[in-house]
Amino acid sequence: MLRRLQYEGAARVVAPALATGLRAQRRLRSWRRPKKEPSEWFGPPLRATYRLKEVLTRHYLSGRYADGAVPVAWVTSGFPIELLRPFGYHVVYPENHAAMCGVQRKGVKLAQVAEVWGLSQDTCGYARCDIGSFLSGNTPAGRLPKPDILLACTNICQTVVHWYRTLAAILKVPVFVVDTPFLSGDPDERTETYVAEQLEECMQLCARIAGKKVDRKALGRVAQRSKEASELWGECLALSQAEPAPWTGFEQFLHLGPIVAMRGLPECNAYYRELRDELRERVKHGIGAIRHERFRLLWDNLPIWYELRSLSTLLAEVGFTIVTTTYSYGWAETAPLFDPRDPIVSAARVYARVFINRSLDFRLEMMKKLVNTYSCDGAILHSNHSCKPYSVGQIDLADRLAKEASIRTLLLDGDHIDMRVHSKEQAEGRLAAFMESFGGL
Amino acid sequence: MTIRIGIDVGSTTTKAVAVDDSGRVLARSIEPGDPRIAQQAQRMLEALLERVGGGGEASIVATGYGRKLVAMAGKKRTEISCHALGAFHVMNRPGVLIDVGGQDTKVIRLNSDGSVADFVMNDKCAAGTGRFLEVILARLGVSWDELADRYASADPPVQISSTCTVFAESEVISMLANGQPVDSVVKGLHIALSDRIVSMAGRLLMGVETVLLSGGVASNSAMVAALSSKVGKPVAVVPEPQFVGALGAALLG
Ligand code: SF4
Repeated sequence: MLRRLQYEGAARVVAPALATGLRAQRRLRSWRRPKKEPSEWFGPPLRATYRLKEVLTRHYLSGRYADGAVPVAWVTSGFPIELLRPFGYHVVYPENHAAMCGVQRKGVKLAQVAEVWGLSQDTCGYARCDIGSFLSGNTPAGRLPKPDILLACTNICQTVVHWYRTLAAILKVPVFVVDTPFLSGDPDERTETYVAEQLEECMQLCARIAGKKVDRKALGRVAQRSKEASELWGECLALSQAEPAPWTGFEQFLHLGPIVAMRGLPECNAYYRELRDELRERVKHGIGAIRHERFRLLWDNLPIWYELRSLSTLLAEVGFTIVTTTYSYGWAETAPLFDPRDPIVSAARVYARVFINRSLDFRLEMMKKLVNTYSCDGAILHSNHSCKPYSVGQIDLADRLAKEASIRTLLLDGDHIDMRVHSKEQAEGRLAAFMESFGGL
Repeated sequence: MTIRIGIDVGSTTTKAVAVDDSGRVLARSIEPGDPRIAQQAQRMLEALLERVGGGGEASIVATGYGRKLVAMAGKKRTEISCHALGAFHVMNRPGVLIDVGGQDTKVIRLNSDGSVADFVMNDKCAAGTGRFLEVILARLGVSWDELADRYASADPPVQISSTCTVFAESEVISMLANGQPVDSVVKGLHIALSDRIVSMAGRLLMGVETVLLSGGVASNSAMVAALSSKVGKPVAVVPEPQFVGALGAALLG
């Protein structure tokens, strides 16, 4: 009971109070200090970024008190989270958490803990970072609640199977793995039934752990909200078809937080409505994310979290902007497939079709479509050292994309978390040379 | 006359070239890289300016790893753009330029107007660069001038399987310990380096007529021979191969 009060209190009282405090502090500061010169390269910052901080603070703050108050699940980013929402689970996304460590440049330190413990340096940076965080008790989130169940879905990669099994062994909690077969073509009915049956079984298990009954009506409502959230996210992305683009692909990576971690919750939709309205306003007034947009690029693969700022500046200084990314688009692509009337089967349909669970031909077509829709002049394919499923095949993709979409492409070596395998000098030199090859400098 | 100067601050040497309006080379200078990059660049540029006169007025463009530290440069450009321009200016034909420098190797495909169509560079390590040769030759106690003769000797080449500079070094040591002749090892080394470069260049070499070579390693005729046989056509060395980047930078001024 007390725990529940703490949990609710953190979400409903402390987090909003903290947000109000932060806002007041911001106002006070801007009132006291002389107005900052507008940036030479970037447009005015998005107001929604402050809201994003509030939303995520609330999520992580309440999380500190979640175990013992509500059932807790740790899940992979591509897991059909809708199944859990009606049971009131607090959901932790280790990948989001690792990304947060990455942005704060804490990833390597945590990864090293996992490496000393026995993981290879080639294991996914997210997995090493999270396992290291758990083993050392070190997290920028303050504290992560202990899970009652671990849920993994293989639609993003096979790494998650081993990662979650390792977590299950350390934490001594059950793990459920939903297997989504790799799609070399379009999924057939058998695949969908196979996945749907697993989802049904998983839902029953989660109900038992939560001590609740399955409520299919509530599940339908959640599916409806997820559908809307994906559509709203898609609208936000589509606004970057405008020239100049109102926000960059790197900003999209940061604003992905709620669509990944809060899908199915009303706050998620409210957040994206606000973001969409702000972006619309920017488009209406011709406000660009960067001041002098000359060339527009597509980004493939996860971000290099710890270099987002330096890369953005390097690009913006010479008038380049990332307008679309395959990763952020992935969260909008399957929106039409959600069907609130048949939430389980439609979830099977949506989640089996995650684009990294699909063939290179599919991915190439998707990239070509993005290049055309967003009027891209080039593409950067981040060859991500420790995310193999996203990176294998990129050499061919870069070649074929260059030829078939008549654009320039660049393979950029890096890693989403591990700064040790990213040669900053080389990568920046390569990027600079790529940009010079567009001419006009 | 406007004087244009290009300075290429590389990982092992710093090169500067001055050209006139028409792109004719007026003077060149080269020094081993000094860790105090900014001072060295300034000193070299001032000396070059004095040599070519021009009343101290010149447009200066910097390239290479240390380009950001050249305070006198009005523009800074990457080695890729500068090498492309420099090589095209001298050779005046499209094709593929392979530049084997001290710490990086670049393969650049040139359009028919000398602009960059595509490029690849070695990633993260020194395999396939001049440094690879340098380290292992030092181990063998063989000097640069002996390479051509040793490569031409009748001893059959050994196969060096490791492309990693550090591992290849120990591989070479064990070969010598097993009684392999030095000439065989030298040959094997050049073949291994060419293999590495050509596999990196990959698709860029497909269907090209002209393959050019620049960078410090181009002055080694054994390398030219090894690379030509690997590519399957004669590789043409750009005159003054070490200065191609600096020349391109000067032309951009
Ligand atoms: S390997 Fe790639 S897809 Fe899998 S969890 Fe890591 S980052 Fe995600």
